[in-house]
Amino acid sequence: MKGILEKNWVKGLISLILTFGIVQVLISTNIINDYLQSTLATICINIILAVSLNLITGFTGQFSLGHAGFMSIGAYVCALITLNNRTIPGFILGVFAGAIVAAIVGFLVGLPTLRLKGDYLAIATLGMAEIIRIIFTNLDSITNGPAGLQDIPQFTNWPWLFLYTAGTIIIISNFIRSSHGRACISIREDEIASEAMGINSTKNKVTAFTIGAFFAGIAGALYASTFNFINPKIFDFSKSINILVIVVLGGLGSISGSVIAAIVLEIINTYLQSFADIQMILYSLLLVIIMIFRPQGLMGSKEISFSVFGKLSSLFAPKKGRV
Amino acid sequence: MLEVKNLDVHFGVIHALKGVSLTVNDGDIVTLIGANGAGKTTTLRTISGLKKPTNGEILLDGKDITHTSAQDRVKMGISHVPEGRRVFPTMTVLENLELGAFLRRDKDEIAKDLKKVYELFPILADRRKQLAGTLSGGEQQMLAMGRALMSRPKILFLDEPSMGLAPLFVQEIFNIIKNINSTGTTILLVEQNAKMALQIADYAYVIETGSIVLSGTGKELMESEDIKKAYLGG
Repeated sequence: MKGILEKNWVKGLISLILTFGIVQVLISTNIINDYLQSTLATICINIILAVSLNLITGFTGQFSLGHAGFMSIGAYVCALITLNNRTIPGFILGVFAGAIVAAIVGFLVGLPTLRLKGDYLAIATLGMAEIIRIIFTNLDSITNGPAGLQDIPQFTNWPWLFLYTAGTIIIISNFIRSSHGRACISIREDEIASEAMGINSTKNKVTAFTIGAFFAGIAGALYASTFNFINPKIFDFSKSINILVIVVLGGLGSISGSVIAAIVLEIINTYLQSFADIQMILYSLLLVIIMIFRPQGLMGSKEISFSVFGKLSSLFAPKKGRV
Repeated sequence: MLEVKNLDVHFGVIHALKGVSLTVNDGDIVTLIGANGAGKTTTLRTISGLKKPTNGEILLDGKDITHTSAQDRVKMGISHVPEGRRVFPTMTVLENLELGAFLRRDKDEIAKDLKKVYELFPILADRRKQLAGTLSGGEQQMLAMGRALMSRPKILFLDEPSMGLAPLFVQEIFNIIKNINSTGTTILLVEQNAKMALQIADYAYVIETGSIVLSGTGKELMESEDIKKAYLGG
């Protein structure tokens, strides 16, 4: 058992290094040009958003429509810090400060709202995100109101994006495999039964919600630093829905599903830019078709090994358990 | 071991339990019988901490646990098999059982208890890798009971274990309940199948619209005319 675990760990590390290396080479040879680099950044940010929302919605079963709210907190905090301190340490501080503030808000919002279930929770989290957006819109003196913040220093590049994305995936998948994660899944499966087992459902739900908010904050900070410009409208209701679409499409309760869906959807989006007039029609049509044929999402609740490379190498090796 | 005094429970304006008192002695099988909506499940859920009472006292081994959290009550030795089994459907049988031991940190003892559960329910050992949602109703009931035993309870609450099961399975489940009891676990059993429940019970309570109306040994109640008429079909 231990041997297999170690092997998978090594396999995961190798595939991470390979992913990083290959993309790095593609960037330096300009195959991934500036335009595609922004697609790459969007993919990474969407992966972080989707994986963290999957922890809340897919694994813990709490239907949240407020992820864009937490993202906006990370974005604004990081933007304000880096605007005043245009250095790499400032950027690192900005990202983590954004994440921590988002987590604190997540905790404070989660405590009362996570007593609600299903649709009620969805409406409460949606309302929360709208309140955050309206606060940012009206805090003119700090956030520059509806016009937003411009000229945010850009620090993100592929190594940074990769570091944060891989870090998010590793931390959240480890959390899910821990006993806390098991508790979260049991709450999704049957809250009453899990309470009868002695699992504190409120505590575990709030923990998952706070961790999810933390990583949404990181994603927001990376967004601000990548695109140099933020305003409250970016983080509206439709942003939350878009994140949810990635999660559902990838499969509720599958981290690899979220990763794959984030990549696939963004690539589709990028190539559909050439058909700007009917882009949204084609995109929506594709979503409908995928959901008809894969209602459980691309991956269902299954996982594949760390990356495609791990999967490929296992094709040549004798069959083993999943990672 | 367990003493409940004058328990009142409200759901909004509905007064569900009206001063329920009952006692469960160490090592006994005690059953609570009654019709639909009489308050059987509410009684169990209140004692295990899933529902808060508005009034009354719950004592476990002489200690007041009325305001203790459900988690702490599990730690103190109360384990609850909820109505309708409620296994975790997309988890395997083994994962379900492991969750039963969620609050425990003594890995060696957990492994021992897992073995005991597999001995008690050999079918679960065969299906340990199967998803719990794919088990039959009777197997799910066994899994729910096994899962509850994994917390190594002093007292086990069973809520309608025979509900929706084939007659053959019902008999088996009751045999297993006796079996669990003979290893020293006290049992509080809620049942609609009054006949079966009274047969194995050391002591029984009859609950009607939120109040205990009658109590006595299983045998006494089996012979009571009122009970025969109301619950045993003649």
